[in-house]
Amino acid sequence: MLELCDVKKTFNPGTVNEKQALCGVSIHLNEGDFVTVIGGNGAGKSTMLNAIAGVWPIDEGLISIGGINVTAMPEHVRAQHIGRVFQDPMMGTAANMCIDENLALAYRRGQKRGLCWGVSKAERERYRDELKILGLGLETRMSVKVGLLSGGQRQALTLLMATLQKPKLLLLDEHTAALDPATAAKVLEISDRIVEENRLTTMMITHNMSDAIRHGNRLIMMNEGKIILDISGEEKKRLTKAELISKFAELAGVQEETDEVLLS
Amino acid sequence: MDILAYFASLNPLNLFASLPGNVAQGVIWGVMALGVFITYRLLDFADLTVDGSFATGGAVTVVLILAGAPAPVALLAAIVSGILAGLVTGLLHTRLGIPGILAGILTQISLWSVNLLILDGANKAVNVDKYTLIVSLRNVGSSIITALCFAAVLIMLLYWYFGTEQGSAIRATGCNPHMSKAQGINIDTMKVLALCISNGLVALSGGLMAQYQGFADIKMGQGSIVIGLAAVIIGDVLGDAFFAKRMNFVIRFIFVVIGGVVYYLVVGLVMWLRMPTDLLKLLTAVIVAIFLAVPYLRGKARNSFKLAGKRGVRENA
Repeated sequence: MLELCDVKKTFNPGTVNEKQALCGVSIHLNEGDFVTVIGGNGAGKSTMLNAIAGVWPIDEGLISIGGINVTAMPEHVRAQHIGRVFQDPMMGTAANMCIDENLALAYRRGQKRGLCWGVSKAERERYRDELKILGLGLETRMSVKVGLLSGGQRQALTLLMATLQKPKLLLLDEHTAALDPATAAKVLEISDRIVEENRLTTMMITHNMSDAIRHGNRLIMMNEGKIILDISGEEKKRLTKAELISKFAELAGVQEETDEVLLS
Repeated sequence: MDILAYFASLNPLNLFASLPGNVAQGVIWGVMALGVFITYRLLDFADLTVDGSFATGGAVTVVLILAGAPAPVALLAAIVSGILAGLVTGLLHTRLGIPGILAGILTQISLWSVNLLILDGANKAVNVDKYTLIVSLRNVGSSIITALCFAAVLIMLLYWYFGTEQGSAIRATGCNPHMSKAQGINIDTMKVLALCISNGLVALSGGLMAQYQGFADIKMGQGSIVIGLAAVIIGDVLGDAFFAKRMNFVIRFIFVVIGGVVYYLVVGLVMWLRMPTDLLKLLTAVIVAIFLAVPYLRGKARNSFKLAGKRGVRENA
């Protein structure tokens, strides 16, 4: 479903701030794969997701989604294939617009936006049902401005928005990192459910190793702009946190006790 | 004694006599403010093109009427000229990466020359006795009604448009460009579109104003962005005061036009107080500053460090 071929990206080339963020990343995701991505700060996790989403053009390599080469597509065109949830709860929704308006915007991802009414009555009914499933009571507050919702509610809403129009690929960029532990758990549970129900191909960045082990069917670890570990299937199921830390130490050449590198 | 003499010399009747004229001008400026509302409030883009496109609208209207075109046709042409002005600003910003305010200033300054070319001079008069005009200060009563009709139709159109898929995409672009891109919205196109619509409205207002005052002048657009902002902000504050949380789009648009009228009533009051007209621009700035400051200061009155300090002392006492 997703194919990255030797993707490279250097920021600020030719300056003192030059940073090789992606040094030849290659990965192939099968349809329905749920991959968790871990790695220290600056390992290139978010950069990889941004490259896939098309936030900026890559320097070298090739990206294809569902067999379509998207390397030359700008972000808003690629968006028809991709659902995204960001780390910052403020980023995924339009604060000055109502809940139903936000959902309607997302529902039209990848479609032409013409002069039909922005939210139809029929779709409002559908949104009500979908919101009910989230279990946050948002279905009774559909004409409330999203800016008045809490961070957790906004993330849950963004998740729904990302998957309302079934995407070929769902990108979750540490989408629970800014939430308190209880809310984070709730949002993760909702994510799991939505991914499972729609059998979505998903990439989820997380700083929480237990989450990375518990969720998904595949785990990749990044370091210095490369994928250094790729575990899936039975091996992933048996994986423990201690193993993961020692693997990281071995592969990235760090002292064993510095598991903060992974966690911070 | 001097002060008493000054007040005695003020004739309340004069104030009332000037009222209808100010209302008419206020409504026409209100139409212009609708354009400013689109860029400033919905798109979050301070567009300075309007100082130029307002005069362009006036110039195009007057020149075409003088050439024998019916006034509605001339106004349509004015709208098109405004749309083109907005297009230039939009392309300068999105295609050439020029920051929004600068893009507006560049278009505005170039429109000065364009307007001189259109007018073939610094100003041009159009006589209401010789030509059929839609509005004129010669007939203030019907002008007010006509201007109000324009405002009402435009408000309905805008309400419809910003409720459509496309209008929602423009609002989303102004609110959160990041999210908009992720939802597949081409934010560059939306920005250009909004700038075109906004400047079309501004030019239409310029065309009405030129007919009302009976001439188009190269300087008629000077400072119009500030008047437009004044109307938008006065409208916001008043709308908030009367409707608070029940504000919907129609009410917001209506209050923008009301903001234009209130602004002109204040100007009328100041003229009546016989303040030197040289001070008018200064006064405009003061009015805008006051209305910009009111929401901020009101918020502060409820929630400030000083208050928190006082509350803390009380609770611990």
